[in-house]
Amino acid sequence: MSDLLAARSQMAMSLAFHIVFAAIGIAMPLLMVVSEFFYLRTREEIYLTLAKRWAKGTAILFAVGAVSGTVLSFELGLLWPRFMGWAGAIIGMPFSLEGFAFFTEAIFLGIYLYGWQRVPPRAHLLAGVLVAVSGALSGIFVVIANAWMNSPTGFEIVGGQPVNIDPVAAMLNPMALSQTLHMTIAAYAATGFAVSGIHAYLLRDRTNPFHRRALAIALTVGGIAALLQPLSGDLSARAVALNQPAKLAALEGQFKTEAGAPLRIGGIPDEERGETRYAIEIPRGLSFLAFHDTRATVKGLEAFPRDHWPNTRIVHFAFQAMVALGMLMMGTALWGAYGWWRRRALPDGKWFLRTLMLLAPAGMIAIEAGWTVTEVGRQPWIIQGVMRTSEAVTPMPGLVVPFITFTLLYIFLAVIVVWLLLRQVAASPRIAETEKIEPREEESRFVA
Amino acid sequence: MSLELIVAGAMIVSLTFYALLGGADYGGGVWDLLARGPKAKAERALIADAIGPVWEANHVWLILVVVILFTAFPPAFAVIATALHIPLTLLLIGIVLRGSAFTFRTYDAERDSVQQRWSYIFSIASIITPVLLGIILGSIASGQITVENGVVTSGFLRPWLAPFPIAVGFFALALFAFLAAVYLTLETRDFDLQESFRRRALISGTAVGALALTVFLLSGTGAPKVRAGLSASPWALPLHIITALFAITTFWSLWKRAYKLARLCAAAQLTLILWGWALAQFPFIVEPDITISSAAAPPPTLRFLLAALAIGALLLFPSFYYLFRIFKGDTPPTALPETSDPTTSSTLNANADAHQPR
Ligand code: HDD
Ligand code: HEM
Ligand code: HEM
Repeated sequence: MSDLLAARSQMAMSLAFHIVFAAIGIAMPLLMVVSEFFYLRTREEIYLTLAKRWAKGTAILFAVGAVSGTVLSFELGLLWPRFMGWAGAIIGMPFSLEGFAFFTEAIFLGIYLYGWQRVPPRAHLLAGVLVAVSGALSGIFVVIANAWMNSPTGFEIVGGQPVNIDPVAAMLNPMALSQTLHMTIAAYAATGFAVSGIHAYLLRDRTNPFHRRALAIALTVGGIAALLQPLSGDLSARAVALNQPAKLAALEGQFKTEAGAPLRIGGIPDEERGETRYAIEIPRGLSFLAFHDTRATVKGLEAFPRDHWPNTRIVHFAFQAMVALGMLMMGTALWGAYGWWRRRALPDGKWFLRTLMLLAPAGMIAIEAGWTVTEVGRQPWIIQGVMRTSEAVTPMPGLVVPFITFTLLYIFLAVIVVWLLLRQVAASPRIAETEKIEPREEESRFVA
Repeated sequence: MSLELIVAGAMIVSLTFYALLGGADYGGGVWDLLARGPKAKAERALIADAIGPVWEANHVWLILVVVILFTAFPPAFAVIATALHIPLTLLLIGIVLRGSAFTFRTYDAERDSVQQRWSYIFSIASIITPVLLGIILGSIASGQITVENGVVTSGFLRPWLAPFPIAVGFFALALFAFLAAVYLTLETRDFDLQESFRRRALISGTAVGALALTVFLLSGTGAPKVRAGLSASPWALPLHIITALFAITTFWSLWKRAYKLARLCAAAQLTLILWGWALAQFPFIVEPDITISSAAAPPPTLRFLLAALAIGALLLFPSFYYLFRIFKGDTPPTALPETSDPTTSSTLNANADAHQPR
């Protein structure tokens, strides 16, 4: 394994690991806050228990997210020192702002997790809201940095060095809006579906109102996000078409430059023969989706030098996987919404619950696939059109050693986390719908 | 004062907070490992209670140091990350293991044997990580990291695998352990627990003194520029005197059981050590080839960063104050939501986890 490949693999592995915890860190606080809000409104014990249960799982996941994120901030320099040395002044800002979001998140998460009896109920809820907001903000800031790598702005190059740096313009780069929107919605969709899947499984016991409430909250959040996600994906695709035509060609398996290009579903891109075989083609579909004009010309890969092509197969497959999963999630969300509209209650039929169980990992897989599209599709560039990944890598030899070390470490952590969460799922509580906690009782338990 | 100096100052301030707060969390791990005898369980519980709600927030100070470094001084970040790749990677492994083992232990409190295993990982990682942090800071101060045309020429081992940085590593460990012991005297009202941490503070304080002397002696050859700064500059003597006064006061107040004063003086002592080092190294970020001004990002970036730091500080400090007011000092034990997994109980122990009124 070459050092460059080892570095890329280590970065990809670290990000793929971190993003799961990050997505949960963005969305779980929202679920907890919703549940706690209902508790304060209704005083039903179920909601309080639910919020506490969710908080417990989140605490474990959040800690792993925090340490794996720390690894990433160092890895930017450990693996790509030339990239950071060159670009730090331009894109350091979103990372610094992210730092403040982390502070807010960590401080109020401490209060949220450990403060049930220490702060008044409203302050506790507010702490949860701050965690939810700052979690979303930290994701937004870091994705802005990634968007800059896809569509770099806010500087000029003189003699190989960046000059006239404008960090605000760099943050307002053309991909920033579509990517942050898409990622944030993805976090709610993926987490909402994952949590729904778990509670759908636990609803085997149909009469347990605990999981019914849990499912309602998680599926509402996940479902709304899943309905919005294809819309935001359309925005992303158009941003890619404008800013990274080679990536668009790769993700659609479009080799020839063509007016009225078709949309391909499935298919295997063959770089040697320059065509995508076995695909179902929808005439003019791509031109329409990418430019909202059925006759628009879409640049094919042939328009770019061979050494500027990303790995077409990986990008195309990853893209298809993400879109397919997105469609399935959207369909399921519509199914749930239809049931609710008909009967004023979430469907709880066998097939609906089974579908939810099956789709539990779908959002997370789609997130991984989406990042693969973004990252692999940008290759061979680390900064689109400006710096190649091979120019950015550290001169440090023997990079397979840290790659393997971190991989083993993360596998170990993943196993433990899954085991701890499974144990928690196994200890499923059962609370009658009628149990209420009187406000006064609540107050007396709280010691100022 | 120029923009880059203010930003560099802010970076050292963040590092100081990390040492004062995050450092003590590592020190807690040291005492977790050394907890012995009949009180061991109570001591561990006290330590876990002190760290639990705050360690993640304290940890962010380190992230802030790193992002300020790469935003405001990108070439310095590139050089440090290249030359010190190995100790930084080890540091990260330590950070990952410390944080996750601590959390797993908190939420996996089923059996004693499992508890033990996480305790070991947590406490051993808490010992190794500060040593590595010290080694990293020591090698940055040593003047052994050299750069030509942006390329690191000093190799990947020599700058940090040397007596001086390693001595700094153990110095950092001793300091953090000392700090933790001093802070812990204030986290409980139990006289016995206070006494045992008081004794530990006195012992580790002595170790700090011995290691400080070792580091100072080794700096003659190990970090000549810093040594010169610490012995020849006009501010050197007053700095040594004030630091010594704080050290003596810490000991005296520990002796007298005036723990609040001890905490203040111990913190002041550590702050002065860090700032003394920073001053001695001035104007270099990485001695001898990278200075604050040569590595600084252009003014628009620095201005934006400073504005963000200022606004951030306005929001952060009240939040931190709130956090510490809720959890620090002699507060009742923090009850986690259902730490002991209730298996399918109908009346949930929402009531059971209420702590006993004082
Ligand atoms: C802010 C920066 C950033 C963010 C948010 C992401 N990446 Fe990335 N990724 C990089 C910054 C980066 C990078 C440092 O820039 C790499 C290394 C080489 C390159 O071109 O990009 C990279 C490479 C890289 C590769 C290897 C591509 C190749 O070399 O062929 C993969 C598969 C991923 N990443 C996957 C991900 C995943 C799963 C992410 C989900 C969180 C992710 N990336 C987010
Ligand atoms: C190079 C890329 C990245 C770096 C350097 C990075 C850095 C970090 C760091 C240092 C933390 C720990 C904060 C703490 O101590 O509380 C963290 C947590 C977090 N990151 Fe990332 N991150 C990256 C990618 C991402 C991405 C792509 C997202 C997605 C949206 C994301 C969202 C989050 C969130 C929400 C948290 C807090 C929640 C949690 O800890 O589980 N990060 N990240
Ligand atoms: C269903 C229709 C969807 C479409 C048309 C779509 C479209 C896209 C496109 C074009 C990109 C590439 C953007 C770039 O390279 O910068 C992308 C990236 C991504 N997608 Fe999707 N997507 C869809 C569904 C989903 C779903 C359901 C998820 C996860 C739950 C998801 C998660 C992601 C992520 C995490 C990225 C990378 C981050 C980003 O660029 O924002 N996508 N998507």
